Amino acid sequence: MGAFHSVPTEDNLEDLAERTGFSLEQVKNLHRRFKYLSGGAETLRKENLESISDLAFNPIRKQIIQAFFDKRNFGQNGAGSVQEIGFEEFLIVLANFRPPAPRITEEERETIKREKLRFLFNMHDTDNDGTITLEEYRHVVEELLSSSGAIGKETAKAISDAAMLEVASVTVGQMRPDEFYEGITFEHFQQILKGLDIDSKMSIRFMNVNTSNMRCGK
Amino acid sequence: MPALACTGDRLPIRVLGWGPLIVVSILLLGTVQSINASTNGTNHGNATGRNANHGSHPNISSGHHKRAFPVLTVDYDKVRMPFEISVWILLASLMKLGFHVIPRLSSVVPESCLLITVGLLVGGLIKVMGKTPPVLDTKLFFLCLLPPIILDAGYFLPIRPFTENVGTILVFAVVGTLWNAFFMGSVLYGVCQIEGTNLGGVDLLACLLFGSIVSAVDPVAVLAVFEEIHINELLHILVFGESLLNDAVTVVLYHLFEEFANVGAVTPGDVFLGVLCFFVVAFGGVLVGAMYGLLSAFTSRFTSHTRVIEPLFVFLYSYMAYLSAEVFHLSGIMSLIACGVVMRPYVEANISHKSYTTIKYFLKMWSSVSETLIFIFLGVSTVVGPHVWNWTFVVATLLLCLVSRVLGVIGLTLIINKFRIAKLTNKDQFIVAYGGLRGAIAFSLAFLLSKDHFPMKHMFLTAIITVIFFTVFVQGMTIRPLVDLLAVKKKKETKNSINEEIHTQFLDHLLTGIEDVCGHYGHHHWKDKLNRFNKKYVKKWLIAGERSKEPQLISFYHKLELKQALMLAESGSGASLTRAHSSTASMQNVQPKRQKSGRAIPQISKYREEEIRKILRANLQKTRQKLHSYNRHTLVGEGLEDSWSEMRLRKQRMALERRMSHYLTVPAKRAESPPMRRARFESAGFIRTPKPRLRFLYWHISKTSFNLLSDNQVYRTKPSPSDVPSISVEQVSAKPPDSVRVLDEVIQKAGRSQESTHRGGDDSPKSREESRGGQVRKPSVKFALGDEDQQKLSRCFSDPGPNKIDEEDEELFLS
Repeated sequence: MGAFHSVPTEDNLEDLAERTGFSLEQVKNLHRRFKYLSGGAETLRKENLESISDLAFNPIRKQIIQAFFDKRNFGQNGAGSVQEIGFEEFLIVLANFRPPAPRITEEERETIKREKLRFLFNMHDTDNDGTITLEEYRHVVEELLSSSGAIGKETAKAISDAAMLEVASVTVGQMRPDEFYEGITFEHFQQILKGLDIDSKMSIRFMNVNTSNMRCGK
Repeated sequence: MPALACTGDRLPIRVLGWGPLIVVSILLLGTVQSINASTNGTNHGNATGRNANHGSHPNISSGHHKRAFPVLTVDYDKVRMPFEISVWILLASLMKLGFHVIPRLSSVVPESCLLITVGLLVGGLIKVMGKTPPVLDTKLFFLCLLPPIILDAGYFLPIRPFTENVGTILVFAVVGTLWNAFFMGSVLYGVCQIEGTNLGGVDLLACLLFGSIVSAVDPVAVLAVFEEIHINELLHILVFGESLLNDAVTVVLYHLFEEFANVGAVTPGDVFLGVLCFFVVAFGGVLVGAMYGLLSAFTSRFTSHTRVIEPLFVFLYSYMAYLSAEVFHLSGIMSLIACGVVMRPYVEANISHKSYTTIKYFLKMWSSVSETLIFIFLGVSTVVGPHVWNWTFVVATLLLCLVSRVLGVIGLTLIINKFRIAKLTNKDQFIVAYGGLRGAIAFSLAFLLSKDHFPMKHMFLTAIITVIFFTVFVQGMTIRPLVDLLAVKKKKETKNSINEEIHTQFLDHLLTGIEDVCGHYGHHHWKDKLNRFNKKYVKKWLIAGERSKEPQLISFYHKLELKQALMLAESGSGASLTRAHSSTASMQNVQPKRQKSGRAIPQISKYREEEIRKILRANLQKTRQKLHSYNRHTLVGEGLEDSWSEMRLRKQRMALERRMSHYLTVPAKRAESPPMRRARFESAGFIRTPKPRLRFLYWHISKTSFNLLSDNQVYRTKPSPSDVPSISVEQVSAKPPDSVRVLDEVIQKAGRSQESTHRGGDDSPKSREESRGGQVRKPSVKFALGDEDQQKLSRCFSDPGPNKIDEEDEELFLS
């Protein structure tokens, strides 16, 4: 946790850039943003992220913030959540959203896809038991529809049930009535989201120039 | 003998395919002949004698001497125009029909090629007869034939891929077309300057004009070819989007160069005005279209009482958007696209499902007929036109078209790929370059040129026709094998599954959130802002009722639900009940397990069951009869509809009965025959009051089906939100044993509470509702909103949620 708590030097940043795949400029940018969010502190707390005004309308705000504090997303083995993260963890989490490099082999693409899907999976699998149960899935859909009030609540259940049924029928196929589908495993998760081109869809463009001063569309 | 058998084998198909052609051709020749005769007649003034030999005009001849009353008169002139049009459309439609009768042909040769060939044949035939065949009239093309195709394209434009790639599309459409036009124009001018080509008279402006006409990718041709090759979404939208958006560039360049050619001199100020003009044409077109789109959406908010004219608004507003844009020489195509894109989400939320289907079919019908006519006319025009064939010019044009397209795509991709997340591969570039088909728009624009300013008009036309033929025939025919050869990703066969939809939405929010965390305002950020604005302000004004608050995921789910319900109704012929996902798992498989202790399996006697069914059947019959009452503005009650819905009802009933039997059986023991399974039930409680429970269940199912299938119903029940039962329709197919317990339990309660009111003979919907509201309601609410276990169990696919079924419930189910 928090590999360095001192002011990162150029070397440190370069090292981070190499490990996460960001360019040095991007790392510097993100570091500036990190400092801005944490209010100049070395570590970022949940409250810091919760105070981002643009996030206020995001229906899955809680999950997004949680993902930043989830040990599973830090690349090391471990589970559970932490209270505060350093810049390194921040960067590692964000690295999941890097667009794939222009020329990569099929295996590399598969690896990227798997990593991105793993990130998503971890967001859904809140209790870290390796499966997304119906309860967890319902929670996801409910959050997704949380901005639409009562209608959302009612329908969320129906939608998640239908989605779960779909997963069960796609991945398991014929089920006997006394069989029970425990939940979506990661393999099944990969299988149902095959058609989504996750490698390019789950990517955002990280700016190379300094944008922290540009306050547009506030 | 084998040869003979072979031809005999093929003969019927051939006759089927070409028979109509021959018939129509004869008809056509007949009309052309009489057209010529009649035009001759009018040309020569009031030559009554001439008229007399192909029809007598009573008002002319009656003045002179008394004549016998004409029993049979011929007055072809009176109907000439509509008749002629009908014959052409008939020809076009029959051609389309014919091609699909011959299966192998349509899989090798694209329809557009076949249609042009037919046009050539028909034109040739007419010419052989010594008449002048009609040409592709520019006015007809731009005012009648083109709009339906563009509206179809705009209305059904896949918004998500379009917006995700809009930058790339714009670059290809604007910069690419500009590059093509200027590159071609200047190089062609160079070619024309070469000695010995007899092209000395072609000046630079004419060359540039020609370049701008011939460089634009044609949406009609692209659609015709790309719809058949089922290429992946990205490539399709790139090529197709380019063909749509380059219209503004083409329009501006065309008018610009035409103006310059008239004036003769070009100043830098003119160039600046030209650039300005481009923005006015493009954004003006979009603005006009968007305004009409919003108007249309607003109008559709109030059409809930006159469903039959709903689709008309969509067509009229968009056509007016097109015409209004054309009035100011704005880009009509962009206007139409903008109109379609803007109105669609709102209109679809407002109109009924039937109207939606009507719009879909009308658009598809019109656009396919238009497309067919355009290609046929293109063929006919080729035969007609005075051709000036200049080898150098034609070959140079053809080569330059290919070269500039390839160079343009490769060069622009280099730039674009720097900004794209999903880079365009070499294969993609090849398909984009190769898919740059030219078509009828170029021809029509060239046709519009005035002979005074452009003495080389016919040579231009010839060259353009050659390019069109080359792209449509050679590129259009080879693109499919090439796509297969290069293993370019094809379109996904199935539509988005619900999981994919959930995750698409999830990703949208996730990426927006991550962008916010990172503090950049990218694509997702602005999209989110726009969505929120739309939800907060626009939807309230444009969408009537509850629907305005419905998030996308929910409407997606409702659509899916509806589709499944319709499939269920259609496929419920007693065979197998397959769902959209061919699901074999049922709700119980994914529900968390509960203890199975103390489960009582109810039993029901065969006799009892038969009785229940009889009652159910009778109920359905009654309900249906209630539906019939004639109303001029609704569709229910018309004879045809009746017989059809009767058929559907029969199907439904069968599906329902089957489901009922599922309800009454334990599906775990599949091997046993139904009667044996039924014998397994034993529960006195169940036998005590089976009727009300089942009737009530049945009532709900049938009501749901009615809502799904007849949105114009006259009969409406308006249950209050609280008493809507959530009885499962879908999951019944493999009901868990637990459910039987719950059902049983509920029935026992219902029975205990009040048995007397549940009488079988009382069948009218009203009283049934009363009985339901009075007695069954309590248990049913319990059933729906009871403790958690039951709740899970009782969720169902067809129930939209307790507060959904109100008097507008048809809306909610449909679309």
